[in-house]
Amino acid sequence: MHVVSPIRETLVLNGKSYHDVTEDICKQVEGKPTKEWKIVFGISVLVLLYGAAWVFWTWWEGLGVWGLNKTVGWAWDITNFVWWVGIGHAGTLISAVLLLFRQKWRTSINRAAEAMTIFAVICAASFIVMHMGRPWLAYFALPLPNTFGSLWVNFNSPLVWDVFAISTYFSVSCLFWYIGLIPDLATIRDRATGTRKKVYGALAIGWTGGARAWARYEDVSLILAGLSTPLVLSVHTIVSFDFATSVIPGWHTTIFPPYFVAGAIFSGFAMVQNLMLVTRVVYKLEDYVTLEHISLMNKIITLTGSVVGIAYITEFFIAAYSGVEYEQYAFINRASGPLWWSYWAMMTCNVLSPQLFWFKKIRENILVSFIMAVIVNIGMWFERFVIIVTSLHRDYLPSSWTYFTPRMGDISDYIFSFGFFFTAFFLFAKFLPVINMAEVKSVLKSSSEKYPEKKKATV
Amino acid sequence: MADSKYLVGVFDDGDELLHAVEDIRHQGVKIHEAYTPFAVHGLDRALGYSFPRMGVAAFLFGITGTCCALLLTFWTMGVDWPINIGGKNFFPFPTNIPIVFELTVLLAAFGMSFTFFFMEDMGPTAKPIIFDVRSTDDKFVLAIDLAKNKLSEGDISKILKESGASEVNVKEV
Repeated sequence: MHVVSPIRETLVLNGKSYHDVTEDICKQVEGKPTKEWKIVFGISVLVLLYGAAWVFWTWWEGLGVWGLNKTVGWAWDITNFVWWVGIGHAGTLISAVLLLFRQKWRTSINRAAEAMTIFAVICAASFIVMHMGRPWLAYFALPLPNTFGSLWVNFNSPLVWDVFAISTYFSVSCLFWYIGLIPDLATIRDRATGTRKKVYGALAIGWTGGARAWARYEDVSLILAGLSTPLVLSVHTIVSFDFATSVIPGWHTTIFPPYFVAGAIFSGFAMVQNLMLVTRVVYKLEDYVTLEHISLMNKIITLTGSVVGIAYITEFFIAAYSGVEYEQYAFINRASGPLWWSYWAMMTCNVLSPQLFWFKKIRENILVSFIMAVIVNIGMWFERFVIIVTSLHRDYLPSSWTYFTPRMGDISDYIFSFGFFFTAFFLFAKFLPVINMAEVKSVLKSSSEKYPEKKKATV
Repeated sequence: MADSKYLVGVFDDGDELLHAVEDIRHQGVKIHEAYTPFAVHGLDRALGYSFPRMGVAAFLFGITGTCCALLLTFWTMGVDWPINIGGKNFFPFPTNIPIVFELTVLLAAFGMSFTFFFMEDMGPTAKPIIFDVRSTDDKFVLAIDLAKNKLSEGDISKILKESGASEVNVKEV
C-alpha cells in the first residue's frame, strides 16, 4: 500500500492522469524533431566531428600531440577518464540506490540519468583507448590465451581490475536501463503504426504488462538494484586503486576509495541536474521534474560536496600527521606550488560553492542550480587534475621537475568526448522516452493532488 | 490451434482492478491474466500466483560467475604461467577479489535477466497477444478465457460489470 506523509510535496504537478503522462512523454518520440533539437543536435555533431578528427590525428601521430613530458606521463587523458567515470555514477546510483531506499522522486529522473551514465562511461573508455596509442592492440587488456603473446594479463594489477570493473559496470548499466525501458517501449509500440510499430515492437520484445510478468519484472529490478549498488561503489573504488596502490606521494592513501565514490556521486548528480534542467524546459516537462526534484538533487550535491570537502582536509591532516616528508611536500606543493590555482579552483568550486545550497531560496532557484552544477563539474575536473598532475610534476628528483601545459591535442580530445556525449544524449532524447512512464504512473496516485479520496482509501 | 474467445474487462483504476480480481475469483471465474500499464502491487497475489523467485536464478548465475572467476585467476596466475613478483605468493587471494566480484555481478545480472526473458517468452521476434492496446497506456485489463470457464459469456460479462469494469469487450485470438 502506498502510504505518503501529508507534508511531502507532490511529485507530479497539475493533476496529471495516466493518459496525460503517456501523451506528455510520448509526444517528442512520436513527433517530428523540433527546430531547437535540430540546432543543438547539429552543433553536437559538428563538435563530435572536430573531436573525432583530432582523435584520429592522436592515433596517427602518436601521443606526442599531447602536452605530456618525461615527468608528467598522465595528465588530461586520465583526468578526463576519471571525470567521466565519476559522472557515470549518478545514473545507476539514482536508479539502484534510490530504489533500494524507496525514494519515489527518482522516477522522473532515473531514465535520463541512466542514459547519461552509459554515454559518460563510453566517453571515459574512449580516453583509455586513446591513451593506448595503438588502439588496435586494445585486446591485450583482456585475459586471452597465450597464443596472443607470452603471458596472461596480471590479475594483481589495478589497471586490469579497471578493465573488468568498467566493462561490467557498462554492461550491467545498459541492461538495467534497457529493462527499465521495456514497458515504455511497449507503450510506444501500442500507440504506433507502420515501421515505428515494428521497430519499437522488436525493442519491446513482446512486453504485454501481464501481472505475472510485472511481478517478475519488479523482482528482477529489485535484485538488479541490489547487485548494482555494490557495483557502483566498486567501480570508482577500483578507479581510485589505480592511484592508491601506487607509491606516488599524494596518491598512496587509503582514503581514496570513499573519497572518489563521494566525488563521483557529487559530479554525477551535478551533470544530471544540468541535463534535466535543460530537458524539462525543452520538452515542457516542468510538471514531472519539479522544483522539489531540483531541491532534492541540490541537497545530495551539498551532502556529497561536504563529504568531498572533509576528504580534502583529512588528506592534508594525514599527510602532516604521517611524518613522511615526501607526502607532506606533495600536499604543500598542491596548495602553494606552481599549480596552486588548480587546487584553489577545486576547493572553491567543490567545497565552498555547494554550501550556498543551505539556503532554500538558492536551492530552489533554477538558474542558480544550473550554474552551480556547472561549477561543481568544473571543480571535479580540477580535483582529478590536481590529484594527477600536481602529484607527478615534482617527483623525487628535483632535476626532473616540470610544469604541465596542455596542447591542442589534449584540449581537442577532451572536446571530442563532449561532442560524443551530447550527440548521444540528444539522440536518446529524441528516440526514447526521457521519463520512465510506467514508474511515474505508479507514483501518480500516491503523490498527486488529483487523488485525495483514493489516497485516503488506500492508506 | 483453434480460435479461442476471450472476454476483456477494462478498468480505469488499479485498485478497482485489484478488488475486482478478488471478487471475480471468489465467484469461481478463472482469469486468464491481468494486464496493467504499471506494476499494481498485490495483483500477482490476488491472482494466486506464487512469489517470483528470480533471486534463485541470480544466485545460481552469480555463484557460477564466482567459480569461473576464481578458476580463471587461479589457473592463469597460479598454474599456467606463475610470475615471481618479489618472491610473493603466486596466487594472492585479496588481489583477486575485484575480478571475482565483477564477474559474479556480471553473470548474476545477465543470467537473471535472460532467465526472465526466457520465462516470459520475450524476444525481438515475440508476437504477444494484446487484448487491449490501452493496457500499456491508462487502462487495467482483465482477460478471461471463455473456453476454460463453465459460466456463460453473459454471466461473466455481468460479473465483470458488477465488479467495476467500465467496458467489457470480446476478443477472439
